[in-house]
Amino acid sequence: MRERLRADYGAGLPHALLLLACFTIAGWVVFLVSGEATLWRMLLWFVGAAVAHDLVLFPTYAALDRLLRRTTGTDSAARRALLNHIRFPALAAGLLFLVFLPGILDLGKDTYQAATGQPRVSYFIRWLAVSGALFTLSGAVLAIRWALGRSPRHGAPPTTATPPR
Amino acid sequence: MSARDDHGYGAPRGLWRELDRHPPPGADAVRRGWRSPLRGPWLTSVLGLVLLVTLPLVIITGLLDYAAYGPQFGQAFPTHVSWLRLPTFDWPTRPSWLFRLTQGLHVGLGIVLIPVVLAKLWSVIPKLFEWPPARSVAQVLERISLLLLVGGILFETATGVLNIQYAYLFGFDFYTAHYFGAWVFIGAFVAHVALKLPRLVTTLRKRRPAVPEQPDPDRLVAERPGPPTLSRRGLLAVVGGGSLLLALLTIGQSLDGPLRRTALLLPRGRNPGSGPNGFQVNRSATAAGIQPAETGQAWRLTLTGGGRTVQLDRATLLAMTQHTARLPIACVEGWSTMQTWTGVRLADLAVLAGVPDPASAHVRSLEQGGLFRQATLQSNQVTDRDALLALRVNGVDLSADHGFPARIIVPALPGVHCTKWVADIEFHDA
Repeated sequence: MRERLRADYGAGLPHALLLLACFTIAGWVVFLVSGEATLWRMLLWFVGAAVAHDLVLFPTYAALDRLLRRTTGTDSAARRALLNHIRFPALAAGLLFLVFLPGILDLGKDTYQAATGQPRVSYFIRWLAVSGALFTLSGAVLAIRWALGRSPRHGAPPTTATPPR
Repeated sequence: MSARDDHGYGAPRGLWRELDRHPPPGADAVRRGWRSPLRGPWLTSVLGLVLLVTLPLVIITGLLDYAAYGPQFGQAFPTHVSWLRLPTFDWPTRPSWLFRLTQGLHVGLGIVLIPVVLAKLWSVIPKLFEWPPARSVAQVLERISLLLLVGGILFETATGVLNIQYAYLFGFDFYTAHYFGAWVFIGAFVAHVALKLPRLVTTLRKRRPAVPEQPDPDRLVAERPGPPTLSRRGLLAVVGGGSLLLALLTIGQSLDGPLRRTALLLPRGRNPGSGPNGFQVNRSATAAGIQPAETGQAWRLTLTGGGRTVQLDRATLLAMTQHTARLPIACVEGWSTMQTWTGVRLADLAVLAGVPDPASAHVRSLEQGGLFRQATLQSNQVTDRDALLALRVNGVDLSADHGFPARIIVPALPGVHCTKWVADIEFHDA
């Protein structure tokens, strides 16, 4: 019986029970919110969030990274160091943009003002400043590493960012 | 395993075999296009372990916040959740920073984990484009549960992050969506952990593998790995660095003084003014539609309960025994601030109303509209020694935006239940 289930279903009984429980909760949730006028909007956002990540965000950052790798080259430790010292602040700036997008793009300003009576300034300039600071810091660290790497006492170019092969 | 020797196809085998044999154009190129040498079971397991330890904290603090709103009085949103909630209990008043902690952790940790979630998704994304997408009904079901898992965490993160920044782009009720979305995620998360934990444990028990890792049964390791441009440790440092950066730019929401400004990119990252009343306002008097005439000389506090009605003006309240307490006020949006409040103990007002041992108290505001114009307090929230009808803050009268002439402040009570512009309090007998 167990063998049979495993062969036909493709996994053991606990697998089936766990997923049954998971779908029961999800189904129950849909039942509970089924009276909401905005049910379809919620479902759209739920599935849309996964689609937006998998088919928009991921391909975009992967393509940008590929472009960056082609531009800097990756065939020497120095080039890889340059690549990573652009990559890290770029990733950080992108992350901040994603998380703090409403403030940066001035969304929700009116809601905030109406609720609290407080004016809100756009955070676009602040985001640019933080990003700029991260790029500058990263560049400075790279310059120091190059300077140390080139000095005769230190010999070879820095290799801390290169992986163990 | 003998039953599965046909490439692991389940029933109906013919269907899965045909699917396997007819990949869409480009499937091969996609499979061979994954080049990062860092992907593999070890990396995925490490990221998975971090989320396994931290996400339950976000989940539990979220559910506790729901409990803090007093679902037993029908004042936690959404109201009708059937059995999708923690068992009902009286939210404690001690420690007074309890809600500040649970809500701060929920929002703060939720934000800090974003880079880890994104990295985890990056580490497994080749699986999404794999051909065949399934070899059995079990795999089809597991894929659907993964949509609930991934959709769930991204939906919760997106709605949460937009909510704390007042950008209601989604056009549905935040409470309903965020609460029920959480349950879909919880179900998928528990199933995923139960199914994958054994693999995580065996992977991490072994010695840390070299980069790239050996080909694995889950096919996370690239078929043709390219040369590494970053070490695996470097990648983990980038993820941790991203989390640290977000932590540094979020923690200010919960700090007072100049450090508050470190939450540079969040609306609560600054103090709205200077002076004793210069702290965060959730809802201004104007937004609540409070008229100055209502809060002036004509204002009376009405106490009911025990068959009697008592009306008090502000001068009488100020002439009563005053009590001062230093208490935090914390919002569901994750920000909080500590202030010194002075006023009359709610317990003293209960005695005045003829209900010395109240089971609950219902507080109503002058505010006419608004979801939080009234709140019911539990017995412990009325009788706590620091539970106050505050008249003053930091040594001066409350400002209009902070609830003049009087507001509720109770230890560990969610900010929106610390009713402002109080009009009447109804004490209920045990």
